[in-house]
Amino acid sequence: MGRYILRRLLQLIPVLIGTTFLIYFLVWSLPGDPFAGKCGDRPCPDAYINAMREKFNLNDSIFVQYGKYMLNVLQGNFGETFNGIQVGERIALAFPVTLKLAVVALVVEALIGLTAGILTGLRGRGFLDNLVLVSTLFLISLPTFVTGFVLQILLGLEWGIIKPTVQSGAPWSQLIVPGFVLGSLSMAYVTRLTRTAIAENKRADYVRTATAKGLTQRRIVGVHLLRNSAIPVITFLGTDLGALMGGAIITEGIFDIKGIGNLVYRAVLSKEGVMATGVITLLVLVYLLMNLIVDLLYAVLDPRIRYD
Amino acid sequence: MRRPRWIAASVMPLAVALAVAGCGSSDTGSGSSSGSSTGDEGDTNAAISIFGTEPENPLVPSNTTETGGGKILDAMFTGLTILDGTTNESKNAVAKSIDTTDSKTFKVTLNEGWKFHDGTEVKAKNFVDAWNFAAYSPNAQQSASFFEQVEGYKDVHTEDPDGTDGPQTAPEPTAKTMSGLKVDGDYAFTITLYDPFSVFPLKLSYSSFYPLPDSFFTDQKAFEANPVGNGPFKFVSRTPNTDVKLTRFDDYKGSDKAHVKDVTIKIYDSSEAGYQAVVSGDLDFIDTIPPSSLAGDKWKSDLPERGASTEYLGHQHLAFPLYDPQYKNADLRRAISMAINRQEIIDKIFAGTKVVADGWTNPKVPGYTKGQCKEACTYNPEKAKEALAKSGFTGKIELTTNADGGHKEWMEATCNSIKNAIGLECSYAPIPTFAETRQKINAKQMTQIYRSGWVADYPSIENFLSPLLRTGGSSNDGEYSNPAFDAKLTEADKAPSVDEANKLYQEAERLLEADMPTIPLWFQTAQYGWSERLDKVKLTAFRELDLSQVIVKK
Repeated sequence: MGRYILRRLLQLIPVLIGTTFLIYFLVWSLPGDPFAGKCGDRPCPDAYINAMREKFNLNDSIFVQYGKYMLNVLQGNFGETFNGIQVGERIALAFPVTLKLAVVALVVEALIGLTAGILTGLRGRGFLDNLVLVSTLFLISLPTFVTGFVLQILLGLEWGIIKPTVQSGAPWSQLIVPGFVLGSLSMAYVTRLTRTAIAENKRADYVRTATAKGLTQRRIVGVHLLRNSAIPVITFLGTDLGALMGGAIITEGIFDIKGIGNLVYRAVLSKEGVMATGVITLLVLVYLLMNLIVDLLYAVLDPRIRYD
Repeated sequence: MRRPRWIAASVMPLAVALAVAGCGSSDTGSGSSSGSSTGDEGDTNAAISIFGTEPENPLVPSNTTETGGGKILDAMFTGLTILDGTTNESKNAVAKSIDTTDSKTFKVTLNEGWKFHDGTEVKAKNFVDAWNFAAYSPNAQQSASFFEQVEGYKDVHTEDPDGTDGPQTAPEPTAKTMSGLKVDGDYAFTITLYDPFSVFPLKLSYSSFYPLPDSFFTDQKAFEANPVGNGPFKFVSRTPNTDVKLTRFDDYKGSDKAHVKDVTIKIYDSSEAGYQAVVSGDLDFIDTIPPSSLAGDKWKSDLPERGASTEYLGHQHLAFPLYDPQYKNADLRRAISMAINRQEIIDKIFAGTKVVADGWTNPKVPGYTKGQCKEACTYNPEKAKEALAKSGFTGKIELTTNADGGHKEWMEATCNSIKNAIGLECSYAPIPTFAETRQKINAKQMTQIYRSGWVADYPSIENFLSPLLRTGGSSNDGEYSNPAFDAKLTEADKAPSVDEANKLYQEAERLLEADMPTIPLWFQTAQYGWSERLDKVKLTAFRELDLSQVIVKK
């Protein structure tokens, strides 16, 4: 087990180097000079443009630029934004906010999604099942920004129940609705995944055996059925945390949440390669670690799976 | 989207009167009713929050030319002069007097007793050092060119001989300070220009002319983290991408003292989000109502009697790359201009909020005269057709601008207007980003007719003519050149007083109609809104909240 984890962690290194270079290269190859539009409708002085290019190594070849960047990162320096603020500082401010949002979304989708999935999976066809199927279909077909704007306008402006924009510091209570919006799509998937898995395993041999042994219904469902049905759902939830963090751009935009989605979006628009690379590297790290955790959870859920 | 429970707040008759006056197409009414000393000062310990965007540069005045950082610095600094909130006339602030006899040498005397926020006194050398810093090219300040008229500028600011993309680098400047700036004691200095420039004193309210404290020159990094100004508000703290907190500087000596105590500039990623915050009462002021809420006048019901519209020092033009031979013919340019039904586009696309341009300057600046572009700026399909026939132009035209600025609707409407009026094939071909657009314009690689949006830096009609249309002007992107026009401008520059200069600038402006180097479309207006707590809310001509007037109701 320990060796397996170590091997997986070592695999992170080439993946990280590859992704950072790819991101750096992509931002670098965007058309347009990042400083051409800085002075409004007046051309910027040559001295300004030259000095900024010099400062951000933009005169070097892409490989030299990337090398300089990585050398700094290895020393813990993520670079500086065009307006003179440390990238590390910006990320440190934004990352916890997005993490909070993603956790809220994950909790919402896990709680509601699992409950609805288990209930409908156990009961089988009926009114509740149809209701859940139709409502999840509805959620899946709605783009996030529609859900976002509708809830913001209805709950925030029309009925005044929530604040339409999240205030700085992003208190948990204000993140519930944005979290719901962000998690709504995945919630529908979780419901359907759980429902299918449960419905399938309900007829499995081990469930019949357990029933024949005279176990209580609660124990059959809680221990035997759920544990075996959880694997696909856990896989989905685990990788979804990464997707939720990276995919929060729209939700963050609607509710004005100061998270990393927005940071990346701005960085790409203004060609701040250093910023975009820093944030995305972090996201890649989250993805990889979540994948590792999910893989390890498999072994916990299903004793037949071993790593060595 | 009406929210009745808010209406109760509008019982204050003054608020109603103000807002009603402000809701019209012009704000001349609201300006006069909100004079500074009419008693009610509101809650003098109140805190307000206003809409902001993340500054694009470190908070140094000479390196800030965009509005996000600009509005913070404008609250924190006061230059030699300030602008009157209503008339936009320039009046003395730190300067006691600015005297000249020949418009070439200006003797500046400072008021004594002005202090920076760190307690040090504002002296002549703080101005001179700050200006020399801004102009010195190795310091790479964005607004260096504002000092180009000052004698000795060419010695401290060198140009890159082959442009920014070439292999050569700019030579080291031969001097560190401009010879035209001379300190004559603690409270006096002399500015000498290369050539007479009558409206030079009007420039002095602009942010690149702000003084800097001694501490800036010893540790610039520390200053950027904790800027020290001399204006009505001092810096408290900044959280990147979240907010900038300012508080009133009680030792402030200027006439534009604030009534409110604390100002928080909250950073929003979009005006939509900021607008929602104002509607729900989380934010006190927004200077930009988003287009989605202007549509159908939705903002007027969202913010009942808490919104207003005002003109500001900006305009929208269509400009020609005159270095491209196909646009050389003035008749073609006149034909296109007369084929644009400006009023209809304003009514249909902008819900009537813009004002049809009748010249190249702006009604909000002193020196503006009406009707400088009469015939050529009036929609007249018959005359347009005649002019087109005379020009002999056949083929098609394309309009372009940056696609990320929300210009698509009016650009297409303009094209359609031209097509319908004179049958000239016209299409709209946007460029993805503003930076790419500027890059093409700067490199003189435009082949299409492009949008030119200019916002003045200082309130003078000269600022709308010289930089944009004079031969070799700093923003003369289309390379327009007209010797008669240049000669008139030079004559005006040499005039002994601003009034006489303005008359000559107006004469120069009149020469433009025959040539139509750019097509004036409309004067810009800004729509702004505020929370129910605020009163005496006014937007300055530079689209900033007038912090010296705004009060919080008791």
